[in-house]
Amino acid sequence: MSTSRRTIAAAVAGAAAIALVATGCASGGDTGSADEKITLTLATFNDFGYTDELLAQYTELHPNITIVQNKAATSNDARDNFFTKLGAGSGLADVEAIEVDWLAEMMQYSDKLTDLSGDDVDGRWVDWKTAAATDPDGRLVGYGTDIGPEAVCYRQDLFEAAGLPSTPDEVAALLEGDWDTYYSVGQQYVDATGKPWFDSAGATYQGVVNQIENAYEDNDGTVIATENPDVKEAFTSVLEASSTLSAHLGQWSDDWFAGLANGSFATMLCPGWMLGVISGNAPDVTGWNVANVFPGGGGNWGGSYLTVPAQGKNTEAARDFAAWLTAPEQQLQAFTNAGTFPSQVATYDDPTLTGATNEYFNNAPVGQILIDRSKAITVSPFKSVHYFPINDALQKALTRVDVDKSQTIEQSWDQWIADVKALG
Amino acid sequence: MTTAALDDERRVRRIAFSQKLSHWDVRISPYLYISPFFILFAVVGLFPLLYTAYVSVHQWHLIGGEGDFVGLDNFVFVLQQPQFWIALRNTFSIFLFSAVPQVGFALVIAAVLNENLRAKTFWRMGVLLPYIVAPVAVTLIFSNMFGDQYGLVNNFLHSIGIPPVQWHSQELPSHIAIATMVNFRWTGYTALILLAGMQAISRDMYEAASIDGASKVRQFFSITIPQLRPTLIFVIVTSTIGGLQIFDEPRLYDQYGQGGANSQWMTITIYLYNLGWGQLNFGRAAAVAWLLFIIIILIGLLNLAITRRIASSSDLPSERKTRKAKVAA
Repeated sequence: MSTSRRTIAAAVAGAAAIALVATGCASGGDTGSADEKITLTLATFNDFGYTDELLAQYTELHPNITIVQNKAATSNDARDNFFTKLGAGSGLADVEAIEVDWLAEMMQYSDKLTDLSGDDVDGRWVDWKTAAATDPDGRLVGYGTDIGPEAVCYRQDLFEAAGLPSTPDEVAALLEGDWDTYYSVGQQYVDATGKPWFDSAGATYQGVVNQIENAYEDNDGTVIATENPDVKEAFTSVLEASSTLSAHLGQWSDDWFAGLANGSFATMLCPGWMLGVISGNAPDVTGWNVANVFPGGGGNWGGSYLTVPAQGKNTEAARDFAAWLTAPEQQLQAFTNAGTFPSQVATYDDPTLTGATNEYFNNAPVGQILIDRSKAITVSPFKSVHYFPINDALQKALTRVDVDKSQTIEQSWDQWIADVKALG
Repeated sequence: MTTAALDDERRVRRIAFSQKLSHWDVRISPYLYISPFFILFAVVGLFPLLYTAYVSVHQWHLIGGEGDFVGLDNFVFVLQQPQFWIALRNTFSIFLFSAVPQVGFALVIAAVLNENLRAKTFWRMGVLLPYIVAPVAVTLIFSNMFGDQYGLVNNFLHSIGIPPVQWHSQELPSHIAIATMVNFRWTGYTALILLAGMQAISRDMYEAASIDGASKVRQFFSITIPQLRPTLIFVIVTSTIGGLQIFDEPRLYDQYGQGGANSQWMTITIYLYNLGWGQLNFGRAAAVAWLLFIIIILIGLLNLAITRRIASSSDLPSERKTRKAKVAA
């Protein structure tokens, strides 16, 4: 879902401190009279896999309801639109899609959104997905759509040429371990071929930082980013590895897209929705495959929610619609349509998901791989309102060293500290 | 008789009233006719301007709305940020790289189009073509061409043995690349405006100059340019306003849209956008907007003064020449 967003800030707003899993405040079930004509608007971005056919199923169940979907091109466009109209107090769709990147920012204004909790949706999603969208008062303001468990995508043909083991199982065994293992295998590849191992420091750092529970903030929201030795260690180690292993391509840049197709790097960290990005931008490459492994265990990158803004006229009907749309059956259809990996627990035993393969990735069993990868996620990083701007500044710091090569690691780190101070 | 007198009186009064009406018509109508512009301007121009000023002296959050009155704190904060000065530097650098060559090229193109060419309309429409391409499309194509590693431009440079230029990661190259997009879109448009100005210049002067034996180049510098003065002022003022507000091109120049990891091509408007919509701080964004407004006015006045001086000082020789031409005639 996050396929073309510009920022790499990722994943799981774990909100561990406020993890009151929604129980109370079930909203009344009455949808108003059944024959009242209602139009519900649905605002999404990129591709949620909500095709006209899928939405038509709902209109069939509820003939009095008309559904209109508006799609924004990117998550950033959706964010700008969302916050502007949330501030204005009117103009939002009845059901608005939210990306996890800006979920924490939105949670500050959870009182402007409808409480969606209820017995019918209790326990539908993986715990951390629900916890992130629950505010301190225990109100659940977002229904999970997809999540982004990460695996490693690699070029099987380039591995072979470098004399490395190349089947998915062999690669999974080869890379099993921590980040140092990933880097040292990378060094072997670089020594053998003289070509880069991964795409960019920025993307790799994102994998590392998502395994740190309190990278930038304490659970009480105190900013600790610039003093946290874990962050400095992650920053330095990724950049040191990048000096020999990186293709120096800024993620989502034109050069990066070109690199997907021309084999300028051999591996990249790969959340579920990334599969579609690769196959869509390098349609003629036959060598891409997916290994069921991730350095340092597991990690989540991206994913979305559906919310019902309180400013809407038909919040009751909108809630029912959002609940239907995020039910396991519908999310599985969306997965088939767009590859968005479900956050709904019940889908993980469903043959539609467990049996899913991807022809482009040499028929890799992507359904099962992503299920395994989502089970490997152990850390849910704490992300509050400061996360997005601080991480954004850090990504720029990485870019200055890795892509622009205009600063040393130390210079860039110092500038980042100044940038974080200026955010205040 | 009484009825006739009454009739007369009535007629007189009627005439008097309609006279009054037509008197009002003459005095008031012109203002009524132009009032829609001013009403519209008050609503969509003046009001936002004043409201922005109001926002800029408050703490103001995009969603939270109006906060405390903080006086000039927002301005002080912004002026203390190195980012602001970098943005100002970038804006001027991009502006100079775009406005100066643009007016120069446009002058030359207009002069050529002003000659007796075959298929005049074709050429004139031709130079306008880039202008009708959406700026977003231009930017997407150009930023791809200016890719650091796999871009078309660097491939070409490589093939003729020149080392690749870091179009994104270095400051000056990124400014040149962005200025190129601006010039691509606007040069033709500017040329047509200058052409219109040139066509208004009396042919007699050129004839007289030709008889005096002035070359085409001499005519261009001694007749065309001085006579173009009002058009040039217009072009320079509008391109200054546009150049200082440049947004689309730098915003779409890379995938993040924030002006580069080291703010290499972050312009004032990008900085404003980052403050307002990235950090959701409308108070500071409004302060930047007002600073930009003031800067544009100052620069506008400055180049009005400069253009006047240049044009009037070069007026002298041209006047002398016309006088001479007259004497010769």
